[in-house]
Amino acid sequence: MKNEGIKPVRLVKSANRREFLKRGTLSVATAGLLLVGCNEDEDMMPPMMGGVSLGSGDIGILNYAYALEQLEAAFYAAVLGGGYFANANAEEKTIMGDLEKHERAHREFFKAALGNMAIADLEVDFSSIDFNSRTSVLNAAKTFEDLGVAAYNGAGQFLESSDFLLIAGKIVSVEARHAAAIRDLINPGSADFAGDDLIDANGLERTLNFTQVLTAASTYVKTPIDFSQLPS
Amino acid sequence: MNLLKLLDTMCPDTKTPEEKDTFFSRRDAFRQFGDLSKKMAMAAIPLGILSALPKVAKADTASLIGVLNYALTLEHLEYRYYQTGIESNVITSADRVIFQKIRDHELAHVKFLQEVIAIVLGGTPVEEPNFDFTAGGNFAPFTDYPTFLALSQAFEDTGVRAYKGQAANVKESDVVLTAALSIHSVEARHASMVRRLRTKKGQDTVKGWITNGSIGSLPVATQAIYAGEENVSQGGVNVVSLTGIDAGAVSEAWDEPLTDQQVLGIASLFLA
Repeated sequence: MKNEGIKPVRLVKSANRREFLKRGTLSVATAGLLLVGCNEDEDMMPPMMGGVSLGSGDIGILNYAYALEQLEAAFYAAVLGGGYFANANAEEKTIMGDLEKHERAHREFFKAALGNMAIADLEVDFSSIDFNSRTSVLNAAKTFEDLGVAAYNGAGQFLESSDFLLIAGKIVSVEARHAAAIRDLINPGSADFAGDDLIDANGLERTLNFTQVLTAASTYVKTPIDFSQLPS
Repeated sequence: MNLLKLLDTMCPDTKTPEEKDTFFSRRDAFRQFGDLSKKMAMAAIPLGILSALPKVAKADTASLIGVLNYALTLEHLEYRYYQTGIESNVITSADRVIFQKIRDHELAHVKFLQEVIAIVLGGTPVEEPNFDFTAGGNFAPFTDYPTFLALSQAFEDTGVRAYKGQAANVKESDVVLTAALSIHSVEARHASMVRRLRTKKGQDTVKGWITNGSIGSLPVATQAIYAGEENVSQGGVNVVSLTGIDAGAVSEAWDEPLTDQQVLGIASLFLA
């Protein structure tokens, strides 16, 4: 059931505005989209020993999205520094450059929106990816993009706030656009862009739950992630 | 299993005690089924299960039916467009595999929405309208392949925006919301593919994602489909100011919704 006890979304309060102004993050402070827990217990984000806790309610789900966007952004940053990208053709350079910017924008947005409720930076582990290999990079990109779509599709139902649901919806379709493009680079001109491995006989794309997504992501993330407070 | 949450919000559409008993016993049976299959994705719900559901009614079922009939209208349009395109042989042989896949998805969406409306929600699915894909003689999509591709892009990008605009309107029902999201991302995959295909053929310079609300080389009549896509401010946060990333890339990174009225205005161009 959805957590009725937490109303995490508020317009920024003057106290928070002052705090953010003091810290110099003017663009965020003026934005009016900051998350403030109204439940004392939820305000305390106890630091896990060597890990992060996503928290509960909508904040927990936004931190879940933030974790995935951190992973994607770090991945594309590494792609741009690797041998595959250096030798890629113009089309693939454009795509990878765009994806790096999109995922970085998503990551920074969530960080700003979550404010002091945001989880810490995750430590990534891309040792299984060969950034000099086109095949290795594209297959990893496919994994991340498909996973992102399934994660957002699976998490949408747990968001209480219609505003956050809309923002998640605005992002998930871009992730799906990415996923289709990457799949077409791997197998050009085929039906793989929306393959039967993801889309069922009802024409519905797969959804994955929190456990499935974070288990898949754990290959690439060193930081332990506690998601036990997420809604179910 | 999400379907159970839908059932929990519903009441039997009957006054007789016998039928109420039937409803509640079936609901319990589904709940047990759900316990056995907690790991089943929503997308894996077989239609056989949906068709075994009792007829139900609910205060806001009417609004769900309304939203799904709106979606069904768009899916009818898309399916008929691709089916006609495939039958007309306008599609280059190398690209047929792409449009057959898209056609199959649109047909599956039509059937799925019809089943949910009729069987789960007890409503009446809208009939397929009569379409005029020439828009009053302005386009020749079934004899001119670039036009076919251009309108395909227009329909797919519209579909993405249309579903996005309804997410909040179906959030009372987890199962309907999840299904709508699972259709929405499929439409986005279609849109990305068709956009890139047009650029690969030299017909446009668009990417898989929408830049600054640009219609590219599409007909001016499609302007309404991209209006507002140039937005770079999310939840009150100007992401360009926040990140220093260029406005084009930021606009690409978030797709924007359209209201039902905006979408129906676009679709009305293609109603006979």
